Amino acid sequence: MTQKPASLFDWNIVGPAIGDAFKKLNPRLMVKNPVMFVTMVGAALTTVGIFTTEPALRGFVAQLAIWLWFTVLFANFAEAVAEGRGKAQAASLRRARKETMARRLRNSHEERVPAQILQKGNLVVCEAGDIIPADGDVVEGIASVDEAAITGESAPVIRESGGDRSAVTGGTRVLSDRIVIRVTADKGAGFLDKMIALVEGARRQKTPNEIALTILLAALTFIFLLVCVTLKPFGIYSGAAFWIPVLVALLVCLIPTTIGGLLSAIGIAGMDRVLQRNVLAMSGRAVEAAGDVDVLLLDKTGTITLGNRMAVAFHPAPGISPDDLAASAQLSSLADETPEGRSIVVLAKEKFGLRARDMHELEATFVPFTAQTRMSGVDLHANGAQPTMRVRKGAAEAVRGFVELAGGIFPQPVTSTVDEISHRGGTPLVVASDMMTLGTIELKDVVKGGIKERFAQLRKMGIKTVMITGDNPLTAAAIAAEAGVDDFMAEATPEQKLKRIRHEQAEGHLVAMTGDGTNDAPALAQADVGVAMNTGTQAAREAGNMVDLDSNPTKLIDIVEIGKQMLITRGSLTTFSIANDVAKYFAIIPAMLMARFSEVAPLNIMHLHSPTSAILSAVIFNALIIVALIPLALRGVAYKPMGALAILQRNLLIYGFGGLVVPFIGIKLIDLIITALHMA
Amino acid sequence: METFGWIQLALFLIALALITKPMGLYLAQVLDPNGRTWLDPVLRPLERGTFRVMGIRPDEEHNWKQYTFAMLLFSLVGCVFTYAILRFQYFLPFNPQKFGAVNPDLAFNTAASFTTNTNWQNYSGESTLSYFSQMVGLAFHNFVSAATGIAIAAALVRAIARHSAKTIGNFWVDLVRVTYYLLVPICLVFAVFLVSQGMIQNFKPYTKATLTEPMKVEVEKKNAKGEAIKGPDGKAVTEQQTVTEQNIVQGPMASQVAIKMLGTNGGGYANANAAHPFENPTPLSNFAQMLSIFAIGSGLTYYLGRMVKNQKHGWTVWTAMVVLFLGGVLLCWWAESSGNPIHQHLGIAAADGNMEGKEVRFGIFNSALFATVTTDASCGAVNSAHDSFTPLGGFVPLFNMQLGEIIIGGVGAGLYGILVFVVLAVFIAGLMVGRTPEYLGKKIEAYDVKMAMLSLLILAISILGFAASAIVSKWGLDGLNNKGPHGLSEILYAFTSGAGNNGSAFAGLTGNTPWYNTTLGLDMLFGRFLMIVPIMALAGSLVQKKVAPASAGTFPVHGGTFLILLLGTVLLVGALNFLPALTLGPIVEHFLMQGGKLF
Repeated sequence: MTQKPASLFDWNIVGPAIGDAFKKLNPRLMVKNPVMFVTMVGAALTTVGIFTTEPALRGFVAQLAIWLWFTVLFANFAEAVAEGRGKAQAASLRRARKETMARRLRNSHEERVPAQILQKGNLVVCEAGDIIPADGDVVEGIASVDEAAITGESAPVIRESGGDRSAVTGGTRVLSDRIVIRVTADKGAGFLDKMIALVEGARRQKTPNEIALTILLAALTFIFLLVCVTLKPFGIYSGAAFWIPVLVALLVCLIPTTIGGLLSAIGIAGMDRVLQRNVLAMSGRAVEAAGDVDVLLLDKTGTITLGNRMAVAFHPAPGISPDDLAASAQLSSLADETPEGRSIVVLAKEKFGLRARDMHELEATFVPFTAQTRMSGVDLHANGAQPTMRVRKGAAEAVRGFVELAGGIFPQPVTSTVDEISHRGGTPLVVASDMMTLGTIELKDVVKGGIKERFAQLRKMGIKTVMITGDNPLTAAAIAAEAGVDDFMAEATPEQKLKRIRHEQAEGHLVAMTGDGTNDAPALAQADVGVAMNTGTQAAREAGNMVDLDSNPTKLIDIVEIGKQMLITRGSLTTFSIANDVAKYFAIIPAMLMARFSEVAPLNIMHLHSPTSAILSAVIFNALIIVALIPLALRGVAYKPMGALAILQRNLLIYGFGGLVVPFIGIKLIDLIITALHMA
Repeated sequence: METFGWIQLALFLIALALITKPMGLYLAQVLDPNGRTWLDPVLRPLERGTFRVMGIRPDEEHNWKQYTFAMLLFSLVGCVFTYAILRFQYFLPFNPQKFGAVNPDLAFNTAASFTTNTNWQNYSGESTLSYFSQMVGLAFHNFVSAATGIAIAAALVRAIARHSAKTIGNFWVDLVRVTYYLLVPICLVFAVFLVSQGMIQNFKPYTKATLTEPMKVEVEKKNAKGEAIKGPDGKAVTEQQTVTEQNIVQGPMASQVAIKMLGTNGGGYANANAAHPFENPTPLSNFAQMLSIFAIGSGLTYYLGRMVKNQKHGWTVWTAMVVLFLGGVLLCWWAESSGNPIHQHLGIAAADGNMEGKEVRFGIFNSALFATVTTDASCGAVNSAHDSFTPLGGFVPLFNMQLGEIIIGGVGAGLYGILVFVVLAVFIAGLMVGRTPEYLGKKIEAYDVKMAMLSLLILAISILGFAASAIVSKWGLDGLNNKGPHGLSEILYAFTSGAGNNGSAFAGLTGNTPWYNTTLGLDMLFGRFLMIVPIMALAGSLVQKKVAPASAGTFPVHGGTFLILLLGTVLLVGALNFLPALTLGPIVEHFLMQGGKLF
């Protein structure tokens, strides 16, 4: 599954969506959306009205009825397109779900059963070439697994029993070796099943804000229904018998059909966008909550820093040239396969142009790091068994012992350099050659490029970032300052993480975190938004409410943006929809009164051609605006990380003020067109 | 729109701005059971004694249901009490004119009217009610209905200010403290001031004066019981009488008027209300009365800001109210100054505009200002006949009331009314910034939106439902004295005034009929108590919520952007509902007047 966003109007989606728009006219489905249900009832009434009005006006009422039906159909179409895009995603997910045979272990002998009869707790065997039949945990063995089916990432990943990389997903393929898996999900309750149901819209539940908005829209609809129903008696008194089709037209124009018609499409499209970023969300509620998050707990390693300490500088001791220090440092690290060791070789090459030398030519033997010596290095054997030169690097205390044992002196300036580096949050490694102390290598956690800017954006959005690390407070503080996080937790244990989350929540914050290990599970479950890494354990994946298939912890920031975008789109279109009413009043009300009180002509400020053309124009505008806004509903209103006030001002200007002005122009244009076409 | 008008308007605004903070600070003390005021030495013992007699434990707070129940129970008992007094006034003391029992339907209407702080008067005070009925049956409500409104507003503000709590105060404590510390002392001072301006305050029987020029009038023929005799067509039979004497009203007027203004009650002692020379003797009394209508409502916005520890929010809400107020004054003043083109054409118009139905002492500007103030604040006292305003001039009071009496508003009612709009504005705007909407750190969720919308729905149903049924029913049309759009305005005005608990009238409607007494009575009860219940439910929900600390991601509920947002919400969500009906009333009438037609 490659999550390329389908182009907005892909014929494969639009075609079936047109059919679905009609199928959705089923009143039992329509009633879930009060705004559009009222519109549909109005359309039906107007259709009846075609046959009950005088022949001269039939053409007009028929046109009204057609456009009212279009209004309903356009709204259904918007929902169908959103669902269609979800279904396209689901179909590619489902392809991964080919019916497989499972090799179930029963009393330690194998039997072949269809995958769908597997139950929680069953053990199954998978060998190279097998498709893993269900979600589960590896309980025995190690294997490389191709997870391209769900992540789109072609490089295989390692899955092994125990530890934090034991979870496997149904539908992925074992490439090598043999593993035994304990099934953790019944058929139909697995990961993919949940996600497929969600993106298809079938099991989509309304999110809390969507429910609140639906209530607002339903109440507005009811109020406007009351307005139009009471207008009839007011009209009777005034001697202006408003007929039903015109009152229906007024009603449909006043109730918030624009947002009512697009509301569910916005929600479905939001889930779809989450999936496009390779994140499986367990519910729409989780995505919406992501928009509210104001505290992010981020693991230092992998999220903020590249993951390993790297050598960043050589500090020679007094009287030693930098080249000599670099050469010895390189020599001591040539056979050191740790990331730190390799980074020293790389730094020596980059800064001093020193090429890696061959250990055999030098007749050097590698002295690995041990817990006792706390040093590593090389012994050079120029000729004979006795080492002629011993080069060591290690913690300052260990190297001091080494130098002093050889009869040398550990120079004071080196001690101060070591202290300085520690204060900066770096790790000092001292290099010595026999009794000579050569200098210090500075190792440092390297902060990922661009992460600081990302955190600055988050701050503008009102989100506080907290770095979590097992480092000591000094190191943690230095990295925190460099990365630009707002706060950090040093020497953090899983219990402390959980405590911190509870503390933030008690203060009213909404907390999001990422995690992968089993020991993260309680914190993931406690957090309002818990994003588990796909590489993580099954426990972590079940505790969180989202899974990132790419296992990229910075993804959390994208999810927050999608959550916000979903709400912004709803809010903006609601404002637009309500603001539109002003122009529609000026179109319809004078038109309704003209027959009885011709004196109100000055109220027709748009100078619409005739009462019938005015009413028809307003209704047509009301229908077309839904179609015009479908792309916006599916794409979402652009979100730029900036302060809430700035966003509010921007959207208020575009959708509030724009919502006042646009319909005046639109209705006037439509009036000109239908007048030219002699439609009214 | 002459210079003196502008100067007076500026003076009025400055005075209003100046009293807001002291009033708010004083309210904060009054509405805190442990608050301190300089009246404590006198009133503390009285307050404690009252609590002891009533069995109130002042340290015991109520949750929203208990609070609402106490308020409803108290109002019901008060309503029945007043009904009984009106029905039995003949047997009760202080009835020098020997007025008989008030009709059942009129007594219901009047009891409902005064319980709901509306003071819609389908009776004429000086010819129907005894001093006892006025002072005990009605003035009692003038105090406690005002105190009830303030208590409800205080409970809602507490619910916003507190968090993770259950209780919102004690209704009885609020009621007693507001009455003792706020309403009674200010009224005492205010009444003395009014007497100093020439307002009467006595228990004398009415003075009889002989007319220098006898006049002939048509009056309804009455039988021995004092009931109107109806002819075969169902209409009252009238007879001609020659009037040679005039009854000049006397009585305890200043004390009644002080609370009528301060408590936004509005029920006049005399039928002419604040246009009567005794009830509004001088320009200064006129100015002070208008200011006193706004005093508590304005102070409550400061109280809001202080309680939620965001004074700018309080001032932003105040500014929104004042902007809407100014819009109304200017439109009304302009319309009245422009006058009636038909009169002008005939050469019978006053030089400075439409003077029909206006007291010459107050003139155009002070009539327009008074009309706007009294309808903004759900007071309902009048110093001119709104019915005689030009169509657009009359549109302003009607529109003010239809917004839900939130422009400063009735004491307490204005604040809780606009807070409903604040909640809705925050909800819509909150979505627009991409977070679950928060009001001062509290999430606005489905339940809160439901309750806020429910209160708007009830207002719309009360106004439009009753008005629409009146306008096509025989009983409704029977009360109408004018035709055409003006008649529609009169009916719409009556039910708007009732539901908004305003009480002023477009006088062309004969409201004292069983049908109008009943429907208007219900309209007032719906507009008051059915509105309060969802608002208290909202308070109950808000008080339980946790407060999320503000960050760059939360938009401020103060400043220009929020002001525009709040005004937009009030106008688009609150007012659009009534526009079609208004179009058929004052707006059509305006265009017809321009075309030379009058009604």
